[in-house]
Amino acid sequence: MSQDIVCDCGHKNPEGTILCEACGKPLKDDETKPILNMRYEGSARRSQTYKKTPIDKIWNFFSSVKVGITLIILVLIAVAIGTIFPQDVYIPANADPETFYKDQYGILGEWYKALGFDHLYNSWWFVILLGLLGLSIIVASIDRFVPLHRALKNQKVTRHDRFMKKQRLFGVTLSNSPEKQLEMAAKALKEKRYRVKEEDGNLFAEKGRFSRWGPYVNHIGLIIVLIGGMLRFFPGMYTNEVLWLHEGETASVPGTHDQYYLTNHQFIFQTYDPDDKKYKEALKDAGGAIAKNYQSNVTLYKAEGHPILGEEPKLKKVKNAGVRVNHPLKFDHYQLFQSDYRLGELYKMNFKLIDKRNNQPHGEISVNLFNPKRLYHLGKGFRIKLLDYFPDFYFNKKGEPASKSDNPNNPAFIFKMYSPDHPKGETNFIAIKKNLEPLGKNDYKMVLSGLKTRNVSGFVVKRDFTIWIVFAGAIIFLIGVAQGMYWNHRRIWLKRKGDDIWMSALTNKNWYGLKKDLHYLTGESGLSEPVDRLEEKIYRQERGMKA
Amino acid sequence: MSMVKISSICLLAAFILYTLATIIFTVAVTGKKFRNKSGENAGKWIGRFGFIVTIIGFIAQMGYFFARWSAEGHVPVSNLFEYTTFFSMMMVFAFMIIYIIYRNNGVGVLTLPIAVVIIAYASVFPHEVEPLIPALQSNWLKVHVTTVALGEGILSLSAATGLVYLLRVVDQSKPSKKTFWLEFVMYSITVMIAFVIISFSFQAAHYNEKFKWINEKGNEAVLVYHMPAIAGPYEGEKISGGFGPLFPSPSWMNGVEAPRKFNTVIWSLLGGVVLYWIIRLILRQRISAALQKILKGVNPPLMDEISYRSVAIGFPIFTLGGLVFAAIWAQQAWTRFWGWDPKEVWALITFLFYAAYLHFRLSRGWHGEKSAWLSVIGFVIIMFNLVFVNLVIAGLHSYA
Ligand code: HEM
Repeated sequence: MSQDIVCDCGHKNPEGTILCEACGKPLKDDETKPILNMRYEGSARRSQTYKKTPIDKIWNFFSSVKVGITLIILVLIAVAIGTIFPQDVYIPANADPETFYKDQYGILGEWYKALGFDHLYNSWWFVILLGLLGLSIIVASIDRFVPLHRALKNQKVTRHDRFMKKQRLFGVTLSNSPEKQLEMAAKALKEKRYRVKEEDGNLFAEKGRFSRWGPYVNHIGLIIVLIGGMLRFFPGMYTNEVLWLHEGETASVPGTHDQYYLTNHQFIFQTYDPDDKKYKEALKDAGGAIAKNYQSNVTLYKAEGHPILGEEPKLKKVKNAGVRVNHPLKFDHYQLFQSDYRLGELYKMNFKLIDKRNNQPHGEISVNLFNPKRLYHLGKGFRIKLLDYFPDFYFNKKGEPASKSDNPNNPAFIFKMYSPDHPKGETNFIAIKKNLEPLGKNDYKMVLSGLKTRNVSGFVVKRDFTIWIVFAGAIIFLIGVAQGMYWNHRRIWLKRKGDDIWMSALTNKNWYGLKKDLHYLTGESGLSEPVDRLEEKIYRQERGMKA
Repeated sequence: MSMVKISSICLLAAFILYTLATIIFTVAVTGKKFRNKSGENAGKWIGRFGFIVTIIGFIAQMGYFFARWSAEGHVPVSNLFEYTTFFSMMMVFAFMIIYIIYRNNGVGVLTLPIAVVIIAYASVFPHEVEPLIPALQSNWLKVHVTTVALGEGILSLSAATGLVYLLRVVDQSKPSKKTFWLEFVMYSITVMIAFVIISFSFQAAHYNEKFKWINEKGNEAVLVYHMPAIAGPYEGEKISGGFGPLFPSPSWMNGVEAPRKFNTVIWSLLGGVVLYWIIRLILRQRISAALQKILKGVNPPLMDEISYRSVAIGFPIFTLGGLVFAAIWAQQAWTRFWGWDPKEVWALITFLFYAAYLHFRLSRGWHGEKSAWLSVIGFVIIMFNLVFVNLVIAGLHSYA
């Protein structure tokens, strides 16, 4: 078991204590140093006390600030290298990551890829590095928080002489009326919002102790941020789906398990007016249009009840919305973003049936390229049958017409044209800039007479429960940092030694602010201002005097 | 007079006033002895005067800001010129806060000239009133950018005071590694100044030179140089008269118009060398040695404290603006709150660097000189993000 150290003042300190928690007497300090090292109040930190077992060693490793800084810098270097070449998600969509880095960036690119820098943020070693950083934050915080808390709780008003003398700010006043001066000092300190305690005619004034907990609060925030970031890899926490929706179409919103449906009424693409007086020059320089707005006008529906497989769901309108960049549609933990678009995609093609002999038209049909009808009646005995349709037409290896995909990138059609004089029909093959009569010469032909295009909106659907965890962590972090940075822990001790009054003062940061308080204190009470022994030391060093 | 005109006159006024304030602060600290009361008192009044000039300059710069806002119809922080100018404004603002707290003239000696150089640097970029693309039409963007600029402004103050500290304490009696690096910092400042002078000279002469090249998107395009080409585009072909190129840019530089920017960097580095040696020959000593004589009166522990305090104040503000608000905006505009875009990553690097700085200060022996060096490196990272990441590494944020 650990052995307590009992100080002259009677306080029992845990093993490893450097300065007595109660009176501050140096229990094992370097006698030669003129100014005491006040970090963590000289309290007994586990890492400085126990150094034998493997667990001690691991604990000590992670609680070391040097190790912590090393980890921070390793992360820093890793992410900096990660920006030299693009991450794999940003390389061109058609590039193969296996060869892209080597081809583009040579040997360096090859190493970059081999070491996992191309997908740094998912690479195993980077995740481990973050894990170690988190571990280090936790261990270092516990190692310091517990003893620091103990030491600050056990402070006594009367401090040991050696403790007083070895503070950075220390001064002695030869007083004629010590009681009176101490009384005035207490009053002045209270005016400056110090909590003042008295014991045996000595004074102890303290303020801003809560700021000492700032680092621990901010470290907790950081841990929460790290946990939030890792949770993303767990299913259910994070949904990210893409939805391409044509104007006029309705589809189930992916990721919502068919609970929500969306109709895209219209996609709007607006640019700035090139004659706009304000922006004229910039628009001329840009040499083209500058985008002003991308917007999809949509209606959101909710499916009623539990949809049965294969059956059309009953839809209930939730709301109409204009989804714009920076203005996602929000519903039920989901966000739907306007993220991409394609303008003027082929939608319908119109064809006229024409009698080649006299150029006489016999009606017009309109073919929906996504869902074409088979049969079109034109009246008076004319009708058209769509025998075959190739949305993305090419000739396959056998030399037959075929389709590469379902997108109407290059539509081609085989029509059968029935007319009173050709009741068995004539065959016409039509593709872009092609009009063939594969089964012999025809009397009739189909002629492209119109095109209808429509726009397509690209949406991203997100549901991200990790955001709230990360965000909460960030807020806690900021509160902790502000707590530790914008307030400071100031302490002033006044000790009577006969007719003399000793004064020493300490702050964890912002000595200038503390000195201003002392200036006020000495002005009000007539005590002499303590000397800043750090400034004194440098002043003397520069003039070659003895320190 | 148009609002745009008024705004540029205001900016010019601010530029001149800050320059004036620099001179006044320099006079205020020159030759004083550290801890010498009578010298301090004389300096005090000159310093107060310098501060008043600074305030007037700041008001002028606010005039620039609001006039441009009204001309443009949106907060003027959306291109490189506007952001950089705003950054300098925040730096001066941070200086005013610190001055009010500490009443210290030493802080002004370097902060104000750096702000002046940054305004001049900003002015080299196109000034046109630009419309906002949809991704930039967001209130979160304004909140994000203004907070980042404020945070970075305060953090820069840490570097300016850190530099004063180093100039004050580094032994100049014999050359050493430290004097070398301090001179290197001085040289970097002359590079910035050279860049401004060279850019304005060639702009005034309407110099241009054209190349055919394959741009970053893989399309054939024409690239216009506004300075004589030392480095031409990679596999580019000159299609106009003019100087050079002496050699092509490396193929891996693939930001927007990277070769032109690379050429500008070469010009600035060379111009910096010339300018540096002119100044040095006039002074007949290291620039930092000359500055040390001026800064005799500065109190080193106080400078160290101010430098640290600037980080303490600036770090949370930077984190709020550069990471938290940035994430909120990115979530709205690009559907993800964090995307590892180079600009985002460099904000994270800045954050990590200052986190490391704060932890270094927990260790014995890292106050004073070492931490002053760190604060200077921090500024280099901030400038790297502003200059290099924007101009060279292409990303979603790249303005120019
Ligand atoms: C990115 C990661 C980290 C951030 C942003 C961070 C942030 C901070 C901040 C802002 C402070 C307050 C500093 C001050 O008041 O001067 C602090 C203190 C501290 N940090 Fe961290 N920290 C990080 C990682 C770590 C790690 C890995 C360790 C492990 C050794 C660590 C150990 C400490 C210690 C010991 C303190 C001082 C506590 C005290 O004064 O009571 N930190 N940290």
